[in-house]
Formats: sequence, C-alpha cells, structure tokens
Amino acid sequence: MSFLLHNFVALTFTALVLGAVYGLVALGYTLVYGVLRLINFAHSEVWMWGSFAAVWVMIAVGGGSGKGLTVTIGLLVLAGAAAMIVSGGVALAVERVAYRRLRRVNAPPLIALISAIGASFVLGEIMGLRDQVVGWFGLRDPLNAYVRGARDNTRFANPVESHELLRVGGYGVTNIDVIIIISALLMMVVLDQFIARSRLGRGIRAVAQDSEAAALMGINKDRVVQITFLLGGIMAGGAALLYLMKFGVTRWNAGFILGVKAFTAAVLGGIGNVRGALIGGFVLGLAENYGSALIGTQWKDVVAFLLLVVILLFRPTGLLGESLGRTRA
Amino acid sequence: MRPIVKFGAPLVAAVLALSACGGTTGGSSDAGGSSSSGGGKNCDLQIGFFGALTGDAANLGQNIKNGAKLAIDQYNAKNASCQVKLKEFDTQGDPAQASSLAQKAVDDKTVIGLVGPAFSGESKAADPKFNEAGLVAITPSATNPALADNGWKTFFRVLGNDASQGPAAAKYIQSVLSAKKVVVVDDASEYGKGLADIVKKTLGSSVVATDTVQQKQTDFSPTVTKIRSAGADAVFYGGYYAEAGLLKKQMSDAGLKTTLVVGDGVKDEGFITAAGEKAADGTVMTCPCLPPDKAGGSFYADYKKAYNAEPATYGAEGFDAAKILLDGIAAGKTARADMVSFVKSYDQPGVTKQLKFDDKGEPSEITVWAYKVEAGKIVPDQEIK
Repeated sequence: MSFLLHNFVALTFTALVLGAVYGLVALGYTLVYGVLRLINFAHSEVWMWGSFAAVWVMIAVGGGSGKGLTVTIGLLVLAGAAAMIVSGGVALAVERVAYRRLRRVNAPPLIALISAIGASFVLGEIMGLRDQVVGWFGLRDPLNAYVRGARDNTRFANPVESHELLRVGGYGVTNIDVIIIISALLMMVVLDQFIARSRLGRGIRAVAQDSEAAALMGINKDRVVQITFLLGGIMAGGAALLYLMKFGVTRWNAGFILGVKAFTAAVLGGIGNVRGALIGGFVLGLAENYGSALIGTQWKDVVAFLLLVVILLFRPTGLLGESLGRTRA
Repeated sequence: MRPIVKFGAPLVAAVLALSACGGTTGGSSDAGGSSSSGGGKNCDLQIGFFGALTGDAANLGQNIKNGAKLAIDQYNAKNASCQVKLKEFDTQGDPAQASSLAQKAVDDKTVIGLVGPAFSGESKAADPKFNEAGLVAITPSATNPALADNGWKTFFRVLGNDASQGPAAAKYIQSVLSAKKVVVVDDASEYGKGLADIVKKTLGSSVVATDTVQQKQTDFSPTVTKIRSAGADAVFYGGYYAEAGLLKKQMSDAGLKTTLVVGDGVKDEGFITAAGEKAADGTVMTCPCLPPDKAGGSFYADYKKAYNAEPATYGAEGFDAAKILLDGIAAGKTARADMVSFVKSYDQPGVTKQLKFDDKGEPSEITVWAYKVEAGKIVPDQEIK
C-alpha cells in the first residue's frame, strides 16, 4: 500500500499514457460494434500493420533522433500518415474480404466472429513470415532491411528523444508522455465531433440505431460500414505511432495482447460508445498499474480483468453505457 | 447377406489399416534390429535439433542449430558415402509444444540423438519422454540445475548450470559493481525464475525488492517504478532477451542509470534491438558459455566462413553437442541405447572445454564469463572465477 501511495504520481502518469494507447485502439472495436454488432477481432492486426508501416517509413527515409525540430515534426507526420493510411487500408481490406459477404447473406454473428479471428491470424502470420513472402517474388535481398528478423522485435527509430519536461510528485514527466496523452485526447475529440456533427457521422449513428430505417432514409449502408472501418483503422494507425514512440519496438504478434486489452477497455467504457472507449482505456491502464503496485506485477492482468467483470456485473452496458445510436447530436 | 456387408466391409478396412500400421512399425524396428545386430552402416541417421527456431527467443535456438549444422556438415564432408542429416524440431520455446514434439522425435527411429532441448522449460517437459524412450539429449544451453536431479539417464549438459551461473552473477554484482541495493526481477519461467532465485539467495540482504513480470509483456512501468523507488544500484533480471530489452529501455527512459545484470538468456542481439543502442550500453551479461573467438580449433573461422556471421551465444556449445553424437556415429553406435552409453563414457576435448560428464549428466569442467554491451555489441569482459 505504501508503495502505491509513494509512487502514486508515477503510476498514474504511466497508466494514463498506456491507457491513451488502449483507448485509441478501443475506438476501432467500439465503432464497428456500434454499427455492425460485430467484434472485429482483426483490429489488433490492423494496428500492428500500421505500426510496421511507421517503422518501414523511418527505415526508408533514414529517420532518427536529434535532427532539429522541423525535421522531427516532419518525420512524425510522415510516420503517422503512413501508419494511418496502412491501418485504414488494411481495415477496409478486412471489411471487404472477411465481413461483407457474410453481411450480405445475413450470416449468424458467430460466423462473422470466426471469420474475424481467422483474418486476425492470417494478417499476423503474414507479417511474421514476411521474409518468406517477399522471397517468393525474389525481393528477399533488396528488401532485407524491412523483412529481416520477421519473428523478432523490430525497432522504431523514434525521431523524438525522450527527455524530462517537469517533475511532478517525484516522477519525471517526459515529452513523449505529454505528446501521447495530448494526441490521444485530440484524436478522440476530433472523432467524437466528426460523428456528432458531420453528415457522414450522422449516417453512422443512423445505421447504428436502426440500419433498415436508415436505408429507407436513403443512407448507403455499405458506404457507412466502409467509413466506420476506415475511421477505426485511422485511429489505430495513430495509436500505432504513439505506441512506437513510447515502447520503440513492434512485432508480428504485438497486436494480440494490445487488442485484448483495448477490447476490454471498449467494453469497460461502454461498447459502442466513442467517449467510453477512451475513458475505458484510462480506467484499464490505471487499474493495471494500481493493481500491480498493490499486489505484484504478475497480477496485473488478473486485476484488470477482475475489474472488467465487476463493472459489468453492476453496469452491464459499461461505464458510460450509451450506445453509438443514441449519441446526442 | 446385407448385415454381413454392412459390418464386414468396415471391419475388413479396419483390419487392413491396422495391419498397415503394424507393418510400418515392424518395418522400422526390423531396420533398427538389423543395424544393431549386424553392426552394418546405417546411413539414414539423423541428429535432431530440439528448440526454438521461431518465436520470441528464437535467436538462441538458431545459433545452436547453426553450430550443430556446422559440425554435421564437416562430418558429411569427410563421410560423403554415408551422411548424417539434421532434423529440426521447432518448439518455439514453448513447453507445451515441446511435449508433443518430443513424442514425434521419439517415434522417428532414424533420430539417433538430440542436440537440445535448448530451454529449461521445454527440457522439463520433453526430457522425461526422452528418458523413457532411451533417446539421448545433450543440451547446449538449458541451465536450470534441477534438471540434472531427475535421474534421467539420457540427459547431458555441455555447460555449467545456474547453480554456478547464479552465484557468479551475484559475485560480479557484489565485488565488481559493489552494489549495496539490488532489485531482482524474473519472468516466472523455469529458467528465469530459477536463476533469479539462486541470485537472490546468494545476495541475501542486498536484495531490497523483487518483482515478477510475464513473458510477452511490453509495459514494465510498475517494475521501473519499483526499481526507482527502491533506489537500487543494480538490477538483476532472470529471463529472455525480448522482455529484458524492453525493461532496460523503459528504465533508461525513466532516467534510471542503474546497471542491469542479466543471464545467458538475454545474451543476444535481440536485446540490443529491443532496448536500443543507447539504453543497452553498459548492461552486464553472464553466461556459462565461452566467448566464441576463444573456442578451440578452427571453429571460429569455420563458422564465419560457413555462415558469413560471427558465432553467437551457444553456437560453440551446439557444435560440441553435435560433435559428441557424430563421434558416436563414426564409432559405429547406430542404436539409441549404444549412443547413450557412448555419451556417458565420452572424454574428449571439445571446442569449448574438455567434454566429460558425471553420473548426473553434468559437465566436469565449468566456466562462467561476464560480457558487457559496448557501442551496440556484446563483448567479453572477464571470466568470473
């Protein structure tokens, strides 16, 4: 207990940073669930592909730290854009290949779930075997820098060097911490406003509320579904860059644990609720950190999931409860 | 008539299938029988590599496989008429997979001996099966001391175990680093926890805090907070390179200048990739393995020529383990039982040390080395006596 109290600020800050990443990835799960009532298990791999895109861009451009403010910002924007584009693209591809046909024939939700899990495995394994895939086209050597160590950790050349900005309660808040939390909040606010105010956003909410009535009103459901996946993918791409800035490495199966935690965060905050996703992310991060401080690091996951169970027992719709369809305009 | 066909046909099919199975087993045991009784040359022999070739700690397995393959290639170059093949059993370092692969290794009668299992967790799972089947398994890297206490007749180790590595690491921390406050972290694995516990015991009251993390974990902020709040001069981590690298990076990001001491499971390039060159610098790694450039004979040059890369952790030990089995094959030991007794009584110089085993399968000669990370490379520091 004293460990928790003494290091309260440190634990809280690091939890918020991690929670921000969880929250952004959780947005993908929550949006797709809100519109389609489908848990997109492949979203973790969407995130993972985005992280690799950022890594590859940095390798291609020869990026690294210590290059002056404008170059650093430029590199970050480039890596972020690459991550978002690739994540969005993979998300669209997953929708097209793994789900659309099943939706058309009104397949039972369980089938779509199985398809999602399959898509998750396929995307993950392809990344893990990328050196062999590239070898089929005879490009193994030219692309060596991008595909070597396919099953290993791959390093991200972070353009931002971590240094302490200020001391709060014995913990050195770094520039990276601040960047991550602020970016995540910003992205969430932008998404939230987009859904609340724009025409496409209204379309998403309409389809989430009642897809048949929305179709009768002239909304193209397929288009809305595509936009939903794209938005989730873009958020995941942003999360990928932020994750890389903090942890510096990614790998073919890095999506799995993150995906499970992010999905948990989405459920915790209220699945189908955009604001809930970020709140859920923060709550999950805090629960993990405080739990490990109180009991021990090996109990981290136990604490987090126990919290999930307890919250769902008392509030089955999650903390914020509202669904996408009922978001106030 | 109809009932007879209805029941007879499947019955006949079943009988045929069973006889086919029986025929195969009979066939291979005949082959085994004829080679051991006739003493004639069996040229279908394979040496198995049992360990992680893919997965989180795969580099360590790959190094051993390369070392073993080098020995086998050298043997085959001299015995072109009767070659030995390398068969790979990729466990991904997972004890659960090791169990089922062990059965496969046992069932393949052309496998005369194994180099491996590479990790302690998979050894615990697989060695009982090997012992039961009488298939010799020489491990070049599994260091948990308890493995030798199980009375397995087929278990042999070509390197010192953690009962010597642990105290050596503790000695280094106390005498060379002069650390008064140490935090010990482990990853709950058979190897990591085993080594960390031994270090903890030897360090005694210098240990101010302990923590346990999980394999595949990426966020170590609670552990880093614990280290900082304990005011540690040194941190010992028992586990593998992927997690150790991320831990060191996060320690470094938090502004901690504490020295990290790690065991042989971290001694790999993968640590530097995960931690980043800047954070990895100054890390101390202990290993019961010899620096490869000090290996005997022409091993270092041969390895470089064959793989266009420097031999890495346990490459030389893998070479030695395979060489023992190859010497057995050259001496005409083509049955598994004969191979076990051959290895038991083996007493020859290998490239890492004199290879001789006691009755528990432990090597008679043990050395522990300390390595340091300098400018992104792992270099030998000193032998810990």
